[in-house]
Amino acid sequence: MDLARRFRFSWSAFVAMVVKEFVQMRRDRVTLAMMLGIPLLQLLLFGFAINTNPKQLPTAVVAGDQGPLTRGVMTALQNTGYFRVTVLTSSSRYADRLLERGRVQFVVTIPVDFERRLAAGSRPAMLIEADATDPTAINNALAAAAQPRNWVLDDVLSGPLAARLGEPPGFEVVIHRRYNPEVITQYNIVPGLIGVILTQTMVIITSIAVTRERERGTLETLLVMPIGPLAVMMGKIFPYIFVGYFQLAIIVAAAHFIFGVPVFGSLALLSVVTIVFIASNLAIGFIFSTVAKSQLEAVQMTFFFFLPSILLSGFMFPFRGMPEWAQVIGSALPLTHYLRVVRGILLKGFGAPEVAPHLGPMFVILLVIVIAALVRYRETLD
Amino acid sequence: MGEVGPSPRDLAIDVRGLEKRFGGVTAVNGVDLQVPKGMIYGFLGPNGSGKTTTLRMLCGLLKPDGGSGTRLRYDIHTEAREIKRRIGYMTQKFSFYEDLTVEENLNFVARVYNIPDRARTVGRIMEDLDLACRRNQKAGQLSGGWKQRVALAACLSHDPALLLLDEPTAGVDPEARRSFWNIIHRLASQGITVLVTTHYMDEVERCHRITYLAGGRVVTSGTPREVSDRSGLVAFAVSGAGLDDLRQTLGREKAIRGVSALGAQIVVTGRDREAMERALAHVNAGHLSWEQIPPSFEDVFVELIHQATESQGKGAWT
Repeated sequence: MDLARRFRFSWSAFVAMVVKEFVQMRRDRVTLAMMLGIPLLQLLLFGFAINTNPKQLPTAVVAGDQGPLTRGVMTALQNTGYFRVTVLTSSSRYADRLLERGRVQFVVTIPVDFERRLAAGSRPAMLIEADATDPTAINNALAAAAQPRNWVLDDVLSGPLAARLGEPPGFEVVIHRRYNPEVITQYNIVPGLIGVILTQTMVIITSIAVTRERERGTLETLLVMPIGPLAVMMGKIFPYIFVGYFQLAIIVAAAHFIFGVPVFGSLALLSVVTIVFIASNLAIGFIFSTVAKSQLEAVQMTFFFFLPSILLSGFMFPFRGMPEWAQVIGSALPLTHYLRVVRGILLKGFGAPEVAPHLGPMFVILLVIVIAALVRYRETLD
Repeated sequence: MGEVGPSPRDLAIDVRGLEKRFGGVTAVNGVDLQVPKGMIYGFLGPNGSGKTTTLRMLCGLLKPDGGSGTRLRYDIHTEAREIKRRIGYMTQKFSFYEDLTVEENLNFVARVYNIPDRARTVGRIMEDLDLACRRNQKAGQLSGGWKQRVALAACLSHDPALLLLDEPTAGVDPEARRSFWNIIHRLASQGITVLVTTHYMDEVERCHRITYLAGGRVVTSGTPREVSDRSGLVAFAVSGAGLDDLRQTLGREKAIRGVSALGAQIVVTGRDREAMERALAHVNAGHLSWEQIPPSFEDVFVELIHQATESQGKGAWT
């Protein structure tokens, strides 16, 4: 009986509700922007920016000479489409450092006696070392390198060597996956999550913070008191740095003890870098809160920041796979730089010298954000 | 009494031609305001007449688009920051932290103002305003009257010389309103200047002077008595049978400018006493009686708005 009453339906009441919803929807610009803008943004990013099959990955070639064989190897590598030789060096230590710092994705080493042994028919080995912190970025490239038919070098080689280069080639390709030899995806994802979780929570926390003051009318009180924008912003940000650290501790502990992610670098160093990262995100939230009229609007706006952060930072998809414009956007996001630092410290044992080049952009981003936030903050109600 | 203007030194507020536009709308249109020190100054007018906007310009929350002047001798255009330490502003809506206790709110404010000996100052203010018993209650759980007290207390920790109170007693019960006004008078006796807006007509008489604002312009200023006398309004309380129909009939009479209900009676107002009595006699079928009463401030202000719009209308035509 009671249930039957609940199913009563009044057509005019239904229409009244629908009409009202449409009117409100049209008035609520931010919700409308989110309903139309987020799908558009996703379409754009997934459609054009994201590429799970990155090509043209920077590669260092270590060779004793620049003879025809070396050039042939380089051409063969580039012909696969996956490798772009950016460095040719004779120093394997130098190449190693490039790999560690993430400047190149691969180091291809042609041993000094390679040519002689090839001629002798003793199947020499060529070494390809890959930065395997992000396994998805390198899988296809390595698969291509392992394909014998990709090593047709006859164009460049003639004479006695040519005979050795038929199919199958008279040499082996040895692949080393560095920093993540067992190709465990979690090694890449879990440290990245530190950055993603901090981005998500920190931006939302402060974006709500000032909007709440406005929504509840307390902003007027703040504005009439002798408290400047910097004190308001710092006061809003400071307490949440502790919250961020608490999150950091939980995720790092979980990463290590639950997912077995190695911690090669110094956690103290990670903590220092994290201050800059947390502060950046809190300041971004502060900017949103000076624009948004309500807490809901503020939260909706954070989606527009969060989505590119996840997709363009290299967290989910290989950074090097993206077109240049997407990489430029990605480089402006604090998460992009922080991810490299976190992964570097945990998986590669980054020290201060390796972290420094990533910290620079983070500081610049932080400075720009803080200035923008201070400019946005109005000291009057105008 | 002669209008001897107080010397500028004795004025807490001295602004002329204050103007504020929002988009195409002029909210405040050439407002002059002179408030002597230590005075309780009533700021009246219908909703949207520009009271709150004027208050916000005075305390530096809005930048004036025109006009000049000072408050506490700080320039209204250039010294918005300096004035903040000397002024207490109570917003129309309760604008402190509802999730903080009374004491936490007061401590927050005292910290912002960097009050030396904060605990003693906050304690004293809570004693003064009888808030001590509520110190640990969350501000959001208080009733309207107590909330207003908290808001006032929060304006006082830095010893302001000027208080701007925007409808401090709106939605507050009569007893709480009375005690709130007693506090305001006590503060004034300590030398604090108070500019207060209100819609309650009984509160008009509690002010030393008032300014009535309509449509962003000053309609009249003076002591409450002066304002009342200046309107030249005469009021009759009419009783009898069939008053409902009578309201309509009387409304059409030229001499009668206002008709309003007062319990079982109706009040008719106008400016020409004899013409009004003639009109009443004209509609009287022997069942009416009337007596002259002092016009209420509500009647006075309604009349003032009519006069203002009439003279503005005339001005537009000539």
